[in-house]
Amino acid sequence: MEEALGLHRLHFAFTVTFHYLFPQLTMGLALLIFIMKTIAVRTGDEHYNRSVRFWARIFGITFAMGVVTGIPMEFQFGTNWAEFSRITGGVIGQTLAMEGIFSFFLESSFLGLLLFGEKRLGQRGHWFASFMVFLGSWMSGYLIVATDAWMQHPVAYSIAPDGVIGLASFWGLILNPWALWQYAHNMCGAVITGSFVMAAIGSFYLLSGRDQSYGKTFVRLGVTVGLIATILQLFPTGDTQGRLIAEHQPTTLAAMEGLFQSSPSAPIAVLGQPDIQNNRLDNPLMIPHALSFLTYRHWIGQVRGLDTFPASDWPDRIALVYYSYHIMVGLGTIFIAIMILSFIQLRRGKLFESRPFLWVLMLSCPFPYIANTAGWITAEAGRQPWLVYGLLRTSAGESPSVSAGNTLFTLIGFMGLYMVLGILFLFLVYREVEEGPGPEPAPQS
Amino acid sequence: METIWFCLVAVMIAIYVVLDGFDLGAGIIHLGVARTDAERRAVLAAIGPVWDGNEVWLLAAGGTLFFAYPLLYASAFSGFYLPLMIVLWLLVLRGISIEFRSHIESPIWHPFWDAVFFLSSALLAIFFGAALGNVVRGVPLNSSGYFFEPLWTDFTLGPSPGILDWYTILVGVASYLALTQHGALWIAHKTIGAVRDRARHIARGAWVGVVLFTVIITWATFRIQPRVPESFAQRPWGYIFPALALAGLVGVRWFLRRQDYDRTAFFASCAYLLGMLTSVVFGVYPDVLPASTDPSYSLTIFNAKASDYGLRIGLVWWLIGMLLAAGYFTFLYRHVAGKVGTENES
Repeated sequence: MEEALGLHRLHFAFTVTFHYLFPQLTMGLALLIFIMKTIAVRTGDEHYNRSVRFWARIFGITFAMGVVTGIPMEFQFGTNWAEFSRITGGVIGQTLAMEGIFSFFLESSFLGLLLFGEKRLGQRGHWFASFMVFLGSWMSGYLIVATDAWMQHPVAYSIAPDGVIGLASFWGLILNPWALWQYAHNMCGAVITGSFVMAAIGSFYLLSGRDQSYGKTFVRLGVTVGLIATILQLFPTGDTQGRLIAEHQPTTLAAMEGLFQSSPSAPIAVLGQPDIQNNRLDNPLMIPHALSFLTYRHWIGQVRGLDTFPASDWPDRIALVYYSYHIMVGLGTIFIAIMILSFIQLRRGKLFESRPFLWVLMLSCPFPYIANTAGWITAEAGRQPWLVYGLLRTSAGESPSVSAGNTLFTLIGFMGLYMVLGILFLFLVYREVEEGPGPEPAPQS
Repeated sequence: METIWFCLVAVMIAIYVVLDGFDLGAGIIHLGVARTDAERRAVLAAIGPVWDGNEVWLLAAGGTLFFAYPLLYASAFSGFYLPLMIVLWLLVLRGISIEFRSHIESPIWHPFWDAVFFLSSALLAIFFGAALGNVVRGVPLNSSGYFFEPLWTDFTLGPSPGILDWYTILVGVASYLALTQHGALWIAHKTIGAVRDRARHIARGAWVGVVLFTVIITWATFRIQPRVPESFAQRPWGYIFPALALAGLVGVRWFLRRQDYDRTAFFASCAYLLGMLTSVVFGVYPDVLPASTDPSYSLTIFNAKASDYGLRIGLVWWLIGMLLAAGYFTFLYRHVAGKVGTENES
């Protein structure tokens, strides 16, 4: 069953990675659209209403993609991970079902109103619709993160004599401390994607010499919100997430940092390639003591390396965990630098004329996607070899009745279908951007 | 507690079938009822604001099934692996054909998505029917509660059945016809003029097929699944479910004869679908997935359920969530009430 297991993993990894390209934008944009709509209602400025309509169109396309690629996710727990579902369904089924019942109904009802109901609802009603869409998408995010957080750090469960894991405390599951921090970290990531995309499209307009007023609005809002989100992403959310991993998932931390040997003065590897055969880091560029400090707030502190643990408990893709983590942190640091510098220029009133800055903002558009994806790979591949950390191994979670051949068949099917979807998405979003927010409204008398 | 959740999941699935049933049906008939581009847009406008919300019922029902009956979810979803994946692909294609059609004005773009919309809707109707047929017929469960069915084997009900055999294909066709009728009645209710006339015409034709296939599958079900006649014999009050279906069927014909009763005819069709579905779940209860191998391997509401604590706490948030959802839906359907014109008015 070795081959089937690998394919089941790839199947989930592929479909969930592709899926999450869309929600990270919609969750970020939901906040930004809500902010713009609030400004529009408070100032009565038609400029902001047109901005809202423009972004709502892009939101709508992205949301549709998120929905159609999200439906297969909920079904794959049962189709490809039947044993996992059987054993833990009493726990994670709760949060997944709550997502359907609390968020999807809300989002699907109010999205239509946000997109098409402005005339019939009036301005206040439309503002309310934008708030409900924001609420729905962010609640949806929480319930999914809470599901994953339970797999990372299982709490509030009891194990029946037949091995089935049941729920012991509802609030324990919902208020899992891991979920709270992971959610904060994840949502900052989504806001980063949203604000970078908004700033990038604004920069595109400014650099192309069209839709100047909208370009300025988009860049200003993207940079302002982006600055806050990039900083929160590092501290406190990323920092706390890291310390939770150090405390509860020491093997994951060791793989992320490429720490093969335990050390009381553990360094951080800024660069280097893990050499799995020889259990060492090649070409390392180290900051001494830094890992001990980040973990314990103290320059001396024993950080356990992979050598402390039996190899059967190591993540089976150490290099992948290491690189994803380093890509995430590296990009996150660059994002902070870009946003701080852009914000300074914005405050000095020079950003809109500074073409190099606008070029950087425009070209940085894809990188938040990479950083978010890398972060999730760190979390999920880092959790291996466990499906539920410390409770259920990944190899014990797959569907016993689904063969490798059938799994490969549907994996290929999804790859083909998603390629078409991806092309369609880019094409339709490109058309919306090309069309633009429309002419500037006539000044109000 | 397990019976309550059995009823709740059944209700959610029934709501899904009644709601998404009409937009699937609209997809099946739209090439026939709507000839011009403006008419096609009218059909899409009749389902555009609500199809996404309708489909959420499938997700919500799936999620509820997951936490209330983890073993059933695990066993059925992995056993029906191939048809489920195909259903997912069809749902994806159908979703984007509705959402993306209007984005580009082109004589190539529109017919392409119209065809995708028809094909995916039609195949989904057949697959959903076949899935129901599989549940009634029973599946080859082993002692640990798992099975796997290929798409088809030899089309008989032998020891290694496929998803498609003569019985499940019959149910699939019945489902196709019933949803055609259902969708046509919705479109008749939501539109005016030529589109409405054609939709009524299709509904009348489909009705004849629905009657015929209802008789055939009822006869076949009583023959192949002895559990069903047993259930009705043991608990005769259950005859209200087939009676509801029968009343719905008569009602569709009765109200279609008159002008201006499209909405009532649509509700009669809802009653028919509800009656058929509830008859099925009543017939197999307390099984949720009967075994065709050894009856003792059957998954029942007792051996497939989650812990009592989880089911109790779930009842609290489920009720709160459903009240909220009912609120949104009332708001939304009131907002989109009335006929759609042949021109888009957004």
